[in-house]
Amino acid sequence: MFHSPPRRGEREGSKTMHVPLLPAEFKKQHLIDPEICIRCNTCEATCPVGAVTHDDANYVVDAAKCNYCMDCIAPCPTGSIDNWRIVTRAYDLDEQFGWTELPRQQDFGEAGASVAEAIESEVGALLEQAHSGTGGKPVAPASASKASVNIFTRAKPALATVQGNYRITAHGASSDVRHILLSFGDTIFPVLEGQSIGIMPPGVSADGKPHAIRLYSIASARDGEKRNANNLSLTVKRTETGVASNYLCNLKVGDKVQVTGPFGATFLMPDDPSSNILMICTGTGSAPFRAFTERRRRAAPGAPGRMLMYFGARAPEELPYFGPLQKVPASLLAKELVFSRLPGRPKEYVQHRMRGQSDQIGNLLKSEQTHVFICGLKGMEEGVDDALSDICRDQGVDWAALKPQMRAAGRYHVETY
Amino acid sequence: MPETTNVDYSTKIPNNVGLTDDQRVLKALEQWHPGYIDWWMTMGPEGFQTSDVYLRTAISIDPKGWAKFDYVKMPEYRWGILLAPRQEDRQVNFGTHKGEKAWQEVPGEYRAMLRRLIVVQGDTEPASVEQQRHLGKTAPSLYDMRNLFQVNVEEGRHLWAMVYLLQKYFGKDGREEAEGLLQRRSGDDDKPRMLGAFNEATPDWLSFFMFTFYTDRDGKMQLESLAQSGFDPLSRTCRFMLTEEAHHMFVGETGVGRIIERTCEAMKQAGIEDPYDINAVRKLGVIDLPTIQKKSNLHFTLSLDLFGSEVSTNAANYYNNGLKGRFQETRIDDDHQLTNSTYPVSKLVHGEIKKVDEPALTAMNMRLRDDYVADCAKGMERWNKVIEKAGVNFRLALPHVAFHRHIGEFQNVKASPDGQVLSDAEWTKKRDAWLPSKDDGAFIESLMAPCWERGKFASWISPPKVGIDNKPGDFEYVKIHQG
Repeated sequence: MFHSPPRRGEREGSKTMHVPLLPAEFKKQHLIDPEICIRCNTCEATCPVGAVTHDDANYVVDAAKCNYCMDCIAPCPTGSIDNWRIVTRAYDLDEQFGWTELPRQQDFGEAGASVAEAIESEVGALLEQAHSGTGGKPVAPASASKASVNIFTRAKPALATVQGNYRITAHGASSDVRHILLSFGDTIFPVLEGQSIGIMPPGVSADGKPHAIRLYSIASARDGEKRNANNLSLTVKRTETGVASNYLCNLKVGDKVQVTGPFGATFLMPDDPSSNILMICTGTGSAPFRAFTERRRRAAPGAPGRMLMYFGARAPEELPYFGPLQKVPASLLAKELVFSRLPGRPKEYVQHRMRGQSDQIGNLLKSEQTHVFICGLKGMEEGVDDALSDICRDQGVDWAALKPQMRAAGRYHVETY
Repeated sequence: MPETTNVDYSTKIPNNVGLTDDQRVLKALEQWHPGYIDWWMTMGPEGFQTSDVYLRTAISIDPKGWAKFDYVKMPEYRWGILLAPRQEDRQVNFGTHKGEKAWQEVPGEYRAMLRRLIVVQGDTEPASVEQQRHLGKTAPSLYDMRNLFQVNVEEGRHLWAMVYLLQKYFGKDGREEAEGLLQRRSGDDDKPRMLGAFNEATPDWLSFFMFTFYTDRDGKMQLESLAQSGFDPLSRTCRFMLTEEAHHMFVGETGVGRIIERTCEAMKQAGIEDPYDINAVRKLGVIDLPTIQKKSNLHFTLSLDLFGSEVSTNAANYYNNGLKGRFQETRIDDDHQLTNSTYPVSKLVHGEIKKVDEPALTAMNMRLRDDYVADCAKGMERWNKVIEKAGVNFRLALPHVAFHRHIGEFQNVKASPDGQVLSDAEWTKKRDAWLPSKDDGAFIESLMAPCWERGKFASWISPPKVGIDNKPGDFEYVKIHQG
């Protein structure tokens, strides 16, 4: 996709400063659901810092010790371990011992919205900003796999090795977009299509602090760019002043990169093969959709659900993966490639093409199997939203009512930067 | 490939023990493999060998890598050899060898004893698969069917774990024992499995859930105490097995809990206040609470027998020699040698059941059984919470340890569930009030009709609160291709 210039975070130098961070008085607390837990002791045996303990009734997490390493999450046989609450004061051990069920999330308004996406507030804020166009609290598709988040952090990043760095826009083209392959070697780094990873560029910024973490969408399927190779790919566009994009675009095979994440628990691919997936993107915003397409090809070829992509760029030579995309069969992915700077042709943007195919999109939107994903520059949001609204009017559907319904059902997703 | 946290899939047998560098053992296991597959095809889940099942497979023993989910046909499940990571400075933590470096090879003088421990543990693993092989056909949902098969493939893997130890450390004897594990059959008169509870039938799903709650919990206690072993490969094997065993406890505890929840819900909807109005409750197509109590009594007592005699010199030797410890040995605050300690043991003294102090070393089985009973009681309390929450006036209880026993101190005593010693005649008269009768069995069997539609559950069981791998309620956990 065109995570165009610096994907999400990159312009953060100035931008993150204005992003509403989780206020300092809030804290994310890890809790175990006593109604579901069977006290098997697996979490306590797994926790590397001794944060999990128990009495005769309950297994509980000591908020003062838990460092969010997430080691306990996958081994839990019940799912009871994966519970989080935003709190202003952590529940202490005695309170937790006395529970027969989990307390409800206290209502702190919007502050609670980004809880599950990431645990560090630095990254949580980036995601909150990227997903703000969703128009409410983002919800994961019902059939999406459970995402692991925040396994590696600024304090404890994973070390990836560069396996490849290929330019995927034509050499004469004004934009330099790279397909970058990172291998995790023996480190387990579980990802899902639609998730992002954080890149920690080495060095410090002008104020002497480490460079901010930048997020990049993963462009490969969950089982690797190459199946079971424990690697992943990113789509990165070089920007003139971008610290992370230049760092990434200059990487050589064998270089080591500090990576955090994975992040994101809502902008995820639906696993149900009967899901229709409508993808609208520009530039490097295509990265997650490359992952979606590859996942569907590997896991559910011939799936009954349709995949339809509207992909905009200035010209074919600037459209990431233009060549390989031509080879993807239409039965797997229907592609509408839209160009805004073709000589002698009027400017065409994705929303123009969409309006011209009102029936096709309208029919998809009427199906409860359809999921809409929008990814690219912030600037595309309004145009696409207007187009969807017009298309719905044509088709006798009320977009203003449908959009929040789809969002609440995990079927409408926006990730822009 | 050396020992590592990641699993080597390049060999036929996935492993993290460096099998490619150990050609002797690799060859022995490869020779054992066809016999195993043959056993699985003839004695494994009947009728579902070609179905795609959404199973969990370990790709690494690292906490983040050992729960990867995907559709797998059971015969293609990658049964592998997975040991918890080696701790360089690990010691023998109890008995006369306390403080020595943990053994990486079998100490000659304990060879026979260790082999026996491993074979007995190994024998229970395929036995439970055999006991449960017909249950798929009557699964109350695809969710439950998937859980059954997950339990089955992991029991199969536990057999592999024990066979690896036999092949790697016990030479020719080990090879023969490994063969024997594939020859015995649950419930077979001529070549039965080694322990009683593993020759009992598992005729219905309530029995299955009770079995995974009570009998697999015995497995957990045994694995916990073997995980303490001074013989490091056994300890590491059992530590990883425990992470899988936890899923089996989960299936049992939530399975019974969901049956109870459904019964209470149906009673409330029908306005039935008296839980003992059995006929009225059964007419609702759910299992009445008194029958659930009886099933619980049966499986609890059969599982108590698995702990062996309360006072046992074998158990003392296992401990003294550093082979098998106590439940969570390293967390107990004492000298870990117990030469002068005592432990209170329940005994029959002049017709009365009393606690008598015995040397702690010989009371090892009793102590482990006490820990087990306490663990069962906590699970039962969760069930009682479900009943309480529904507003039904009933409480489940564990029977006295003297009730319905076939091994140990109380095998010749007739005791009631509350621990009163009775005459044979009195006991026989009450038997059907305490243990499942033929009629109870027939009623439960009458409910056992398959419910295989996505998202649907049989009338007598509630859906789970959370799906496996957080999947939605109508997820197709098993794609059935019957063959």
